[in-house]
Amino acid sequence: MDAVPISWYLILSAFMFAMGVTGVVIKRNPIVIFMCIELMLNAANLAFLAFARQQAQLGAQVAGQVFVILVMAVAAAEVAIGLGIIVAIYRLRDTINVDEMNLLKF
Amino acid sequence: MFGQILFITMALVIVVTSIGVVAVRNPVRSALNLVANFFALAVLYLFLYAQFVAAVQIIVYAGAIMVLFLFTIMLLNLGSPSELSERGEIKRPVTWGLALLFVIVLAGGVFVRLPEAQPTADDLGTVQMVGKFLFTDWVYPFELTSILLLIAIVGAIVMAKRRL
Repeated sequence: MDAVPISWYLILSAFMFAMGVTGVVIKRNPIVIFMCIELMLNAANLAFLAFARQQAQLGAQVAGQVFVILVMAVAAAEVAIGLGIIVAIYRLRDTINVDEMNLLKF
Repeated sequence: MFGQILFITMALVIVVTSIGVVAVRNPVRSALNLVANFFALAVLYLFLYAQFVAAVQIIVYAGAIMVLFLFTIMLLNLGSPSELSERGEIKRPVTWGLALLFVIVLAGGVFVRLPEAQPTADDLGTVQMVGKFLFTDWVYPFELTSILLLIAIVGAIVMAKRRL
């Protein structure tokens, strides 16, 4: 059931990635910035799966899906650490505005 | 035909919710937009013969990761948008314009004559098939992932301790 050409998936993936980049640039809330990073990772996952469908060999087709699972593991680790950092900063400074986080040590 | 309609519906949901994540001021609404985005994305994964990945997308992303996000928002009491003033500045319209340009550049690259989808086995994305390759060809990356998760656990505990 190849309903639509592969390029449609890639255009959608490009759009999701661009929205993620936009959010990282304009948002001040680090939690929302993390959500935008998740958006970018998911855009990459969609591109992985779309490109995997273009491969002829079975091994290469499954490799795209294996990579998506590895990316999900990395994303889970990243969220756990990132939100831990946010909570630690909030405890220290009572604010999490990224514009005020301009010191490495305080 | 039915597949195209379903794809376009899901793509519209993804487009609207991706904009919603960025444009909405309330972080809780951003998170809920992202959940809807992940569900629509899981449907598209089914189109790409990735049944197992679609299930993992819903369980891990929409289930575990987004709950972690919402938990942190509630914990830090950031539910109200007034906590962080997202002031309208000159950089916002400039950034949206640059984002549009970025989409055009990225999407334009797609039109350089891509190969079409290849025929594949119906059981491409099943647990058996993914598992077989994950534990043979990709076993070293898989083991490295376990080390990465261990580091994340240790890091989260270190971060959460008040005094070291």
